[in-house]
This record gives sequence, C-alpha cells and structure tokens, in this order.
Amino acid sequence: MPNMSSNKVSMPEQDPNVRNKNFHEVALGYDEEMAKEEAQRCLQCKHKPCIQGCPVNVQIPDFIKLVAEGKFKEAYEKIRETNSLPAICGRVCPQETQCEKFCVRAKKGESVGIGRLERFVADWYMANVEQKEVNIKKLNKKVAIVGSGPAGVSCAGDLAKMGYDVTIFEAFHTPGGVLMYGIPEFRLPKDLVQKEIDNVRKLGVEIKTNMVIGKILTLDELMTEGFEAVFIGSGAGLPSFMGIEGENLNGVYSANEFLTRINLMKAYQFPNCDTPVKVGKSVAVVGGGNVAMDAARSAKRLGAENVYIIYRRSESEMPARLEEVHHAKEEGIIFKLLTNPVKIIGTDDGWVKGAECIEMELGEPDASGRRKPVPIKGSEHVIDVDNVVIAIGQSPNPLITSTTPDLDTQKWGGIIANEETGATSKIGVFAGGDAVTGAATVILAMGAGKKAAKAIDEYIRG
Amino acid sequence: MFKIIKKQILNPLVKLLEVEAPLVAKKAEPGQFIILRVCEEGERIPLTIADYDREKGTITIIFQEVGKTTKMLGNLEEGDAILDFVGPLGVASHLEGVKKAAVIGGGLGTAIAFPQAKKLHSLGAKVDTIAGFRNKDLIILEQELNSVSDKVFITTDDGSNGNKGFVTDVLKKLIEDGNKYDLVIAIGPLIMMKVVSNLTKQYGIKTIVSMNPVMIDGTGMCGGCRVTVGGKTKFACVDGPDFDGHEVDFDEAMRRQLMYKKEEKESIEKHECRLRGVDDA
Repeated sequence: MPNMSSNKVSMPEQDPNVRNKNFHEVALGYDEEMAKEEAQRCLQCKHKPCIQGCPVNVQIPDFIKLVAEGKFKEAYEKIRETNSLPAICGRVCPQETQCEKFCVRAKKGESVGIGRLERFVADWYMANVEQKEVNIKKLNKKVAIVGSGPAGVSCAGDLAKMGYDVTIFEAFHTPGGVLMYGIPEFRLPKDLVQKEIDNVRKLGVEIKTNMVIGKILTLDELMTEGFEAVFIGSGAGLPSFMGIEGENLNGVYSANEFLTRINLMKAYQFPNCDTPVKVGKSVAVVGGGNVAMDAARSAKRLGAENVYIIYRRSESEMPARLEEVHHAKEEGIIFKLLTNPVKIIGTDDGWVKGAECIEMELGEPDASGRRKPVPIKGSEHVIDVDNVVIAIGQSPNPLITSTTPDLDTQKWGGIIANEETGATSKIGVFAGGDAVTGAATVILAMGAGKKAAKAIDEYIRG
Repeated sequence: MFKIIKKQILNPLVKLLEVEAPLVAKKAEPGQFIILRVCEEGERIPLTIADYDREKGTITIIFQEVGKTTKMLGNLEEGDAILDFVGPLGVASHLEGVKKAAVIGGGLGTAIAFPQAKKLHSLGAKVDTIAGFRNKDLIILEQELNSVSDKVFITTDDGSNGNKGFVTDVLKKLIEDGNKYDLVIAIGPLIMMKVVSNLTKQYGIKTIVSMNPVMIDGTGMCGGCRVTVGGKTKFACVDGPDFDGHEVDFDEAMRRQLMYKKEEKESIEKHECRLRGVDDA
C-alpha cells in the first residue's frame, strides 16, 4: 500500500541560527528509513507524468520503486543511466518547477520528494559503494569539451559511455565550473562535486585544468589536433554591473567575484587560505535571483550583522527558488523589495559607506510579462552599508567567440545553437548551457550537454 | 605542474624564474600575462610575461617578493614546480608601425617593459629605454635593455649610480631635445605611470601603460580588476592590461590597489610566524 500522507517526509536541516554562522550544508538529507517511507508515497503512475518535467529524463518512478524496496544500489544505477551528476541535481535542481510539478500527488498535498530521494540515493551510493573504472569499448575518436561545468561534464559523461575519447578543457585550476565557484558550500558541498567529477573521470574522461580555450588554443587548433568535434559549455561568466555612480568604490563586488572568492578560493577560511574577501557590518546584495540569495547568505555567514537583499520588483516576481528565499529569510536576511539602488556612496578615501536607493511601484507588464518597476519620485533614501554585491545577472564570456569568427552569436553574446542538437554555425562545433541560453539552471545545462552528446555521436558517425 | 628550469636573483628583492609551459610559450606576446598559484590553499596572482622562448617552450617571470605568494614563489628552486600556471591572458600590445618609441620602466616594471622594447626593436623601431630605480643595488636587466635599445638611460632616486633623478626628468629632456616619439610605453608603479602620462599629454604623445590590478580568474569573470578608462569601466584582464595612459583614472586605481592591504599584511605575518615556528622546532 502506498503511503497516503499528504506531506513529504520532512528532511532534517541545521537550525537557522546555527547554520547562518557556518558553511556546512543546510539540509542534512534522509536516512534509509525516511527515504523508504517517502518512496512509498509514489503511486507508480503508468503514464509517468514526472519524467516529462526532467530535462535529462531520469526514470523517476522506476528508481523510486527500487528505493521503496530498499534496493539503493540499483536505484542509483537507474538514475545514472541518464543523469551524470545525481548528488548535485538532488540538491540544486528546481524540482518544484520540473518533475515534482507534474507529480499526481501534488494535486492534493505535496508532491513526492523526488529531489530528496535522488539526493539520498546518490549520497548512499557514494558512502557505500566504491565506483570502479569502467571498461568501455573505445571508438578511437576524440571529442573536446570546453568547460567542466554541468553542461560540459554531462556531455563528456555521455560521450565517454559511447566509447569516445573525451578531453575536457577547464580554465580554472579545479574542474566543476559554477558548481565550484558559484554555488556555495552550504548548498552544495565541494567534496561532493569533486566526487561526482571523479565518477566522470572513471568513465575515461580526461580533464585538463588551467586551459583557457580561446587563448592557449583556439577551436580551430583543437580541431587540427585531431578532435573530431568540440562542445562548448563555457557558461555565463561575464558579470553585469548596473552602471551607477560609485560601482568602482572599494567594497563593491560582482556576485561572481564575491562568490568565487568564497567558494572556489575558500576566502571563508582566510587566513588559512590566502584569498581574502571583505565583509563589513552591513552588506547590500542587489538582485532577486538564486545568485543573490547565495551571496546574501554567504555574507551573513561571514559575520555581517545586517544583510539586505535589494530587489526592484516585489517578492512574487523574484526569480529565486522559493526554497532559497525561505532559507534566506530564516537566516535573518532583510528583504528590501520594490527598491533600487541609484548610487553607491563612498567615504573620502574611496570605501563604500551607503547605497542610495529609490522606492519602486509596479506598472504595466514589460517584455518579460512581469510588471515593470517604476521609480517613485522623491522616495530616495540611503541604506548604510559597507559592501555592495551586484547580483543582477551575467552573460556568456566572449573569449571563445571573439577568437572564432565563424561562430555566430546573439547580440548579447550567447552562442547561437540548435535547441535540439546544440549544433552551431561552425561545422563540428556544438554548444549548450549558459553559453547559449544566458544564465539558467544546472539541470538545463546538463540537458543541453546530453542532447549535444547524442548529436555529436550522430555527426561523427555521419 | 610547471617545472622551473632556471632561477636567477636579480637584486635583493627581485627574482627571475624560467618556467616550462610549452603551450603558453607558443602563444605568448609582449603585454600579456599569466596567473599562477603556488600551493593548494594559495591565491591566484597575475604576473606579466617578462620573456618567452617558443623553441624551449618556456615563459620567464620576474617578480618582487612583496606578499605571501611572491615570497613562496621566491623560495622555489630550479627543479621545483609551480602548481598552476595559466595563460597567455590579456590582449597583446599593439606595437606594429611604430617608428620611434620611448620605453619607460619603473623598478620591477622594467621587467615588463623589457619584452616590449625587445619586440619594438625586432620590428625595426628606434627604441630609447629609460629605467628608474630607488638605488643602484636595485638596478635590473641593464644588459638586456642595452641589447634591444638604441639608447638606455638609467636613473636612481638617490643618485647612487651617478644619475640622480626620475624617469620623467629624462623623458622630458629627451622630448625637449627634439626626439620625436610616436609612442611612449610606461610600466611601473601607478604613480610613475600617472606622472609619465601627465607629461606626455602635454606633448600629445600617445602613451600606453600596463595595469596590474587585483585579479582572480583573469578571463573576465570576476570583474575585480575594474579600471576606469575614458570614463568607462574596463576589465584589465580581458580589455587590457595595456590602456591609453591619458584616459586611465589612476587615482581610482591607486585606491583600489589598497583594498586588501590589511589582509595582505595579516597573511604575510601569519606566513612568517609559521616559518619561524618551523625554525624553532
């Protein structure tokens, strides 16, 4: 008999007032009993509506059935058939707008906790099973992947399984892309990211770090070196600034810089790690997406007493996941909604001392369909802060496109690629993830990497 | 890992390392830089490429031991390896078509000015090099500069080499004496680049400076290296590091350079304590 409770089995979390002072993971995950109990909430629908919400086609009811039966190893293998990074997806996918949105149980009560179960299965497997190197019949054909973030790793994993010799080129000293530099430790532990990447290495994928493609080698050089196809998954690494006065004052960061210092360079361990980050008593984070939430919650953990999210629309327009907003509020982040900075104010010696903001009201819907924020005259006011973090978005990095003239791009910098195959204007070159779409989610990037892997295989086979 | 095949101590503060990095060496051009990391907990620091040898597959870096990372780097010996070494980054200097150039190096900046002088010389330009140091013991690369310049002028702040003065004094005299430069390249401390730029602006001589702000990735990702040039924000890592000296907001750059002064001090103190701790044990 299925478990007919209308609520998900709750997942233990660190107390908000404890966790906002440390960088350990917030959510602690299910144990075996909780997982089995939650798995029994799945009705095993014949038409499997949840799968249509999954960009990488995880066979959700099948793996959940295996969990309910206590066959965790088999459940993991079922997920891995289509998903290269289950421990990561279980944590950072917006399940509420994907698989769980289509769950029949969600019509009355909460959906099955698909993400929580995926996370449990992946963690269980990592803790209990030693992944072995796999022997795959080699095709003796080389494919190059640019970028070791979710798009690149997912594409690499699939191609390696098909027998291709895959080499990933990563610009940073550590692979993982946004999973390492962007998403904080307390949402996605870095050890776990490295374990997932090691699992992809065990498929035979080679990862070369410290390689900035576009600089050290161009795409054309890669192709003359014998790579029959190239996949570009270089992400959206170019931070946007607001263009307001005072943005170059000391103490102003792009979210990219702030988070890279903290996550990749481990500035939260300074001086035991050498990279510092400046966090004063009060910090303003500008923006309403997941990156803004990550920056605000990181600032709080680094000791800021007052951390503000400054967002120009209202809460219902916020692009951040509900869960992230909820966690941020629990941790004491202060939300200044319908507010927009117009100027950053500095001290005489050039340090941030405040953000001059204006209040906004919502007018007519704009091109995005959301109501356009309009400034309210005379509502200017100053919020005293020591740091400002600009988290209003990032666009694709031009290093590759600027050195590859025959690669067509959108005006805003995104690489133009076929949605189904990732094929670009340049023969043999495919692209996917944020480099194509602009900043989006981990799972969409993985989905694009997967589709491209299939298309690359077809392209090489002719 | 990137093996060090040659180490040279140029003066009590400045060291030279020649590092095996064949792919970087194949592409490197004057004006570009690398980013390196010495140890697992280490920071990423940018260093301008001082020379490259495409055949040997090596990159030469010259640095002054000012912080923890450069001190650790200075402790490495021939045969040791550098953990991470990324490049070539930044835009190469545009040196084609120059007839007569004045290349100016201030202190360690001389090491970065050298490849520019060398390239200009190889392109057939007349090159006058002016290098300034605090005192005669700190003079570096004199011989190398001589080999790629038509004339070399070396000044010291204290006059200990018999030639007291600042680089701008020499440049001003050369210009007043009728030397027609179509390009001035100034590389060194921000204040020196500012003063040179102010001088050449009066004469309307195009002036290129090389900015070296704090960076993390060096690929345009973090924006930490923001420099205001002609009223617009530029990223030194991908738009530079060379910029028009007449357009750079040096005061802002000097202010931004001080951003982590306190942390740099803390880091080096901790490092030295640890070293002493080892010595005591």
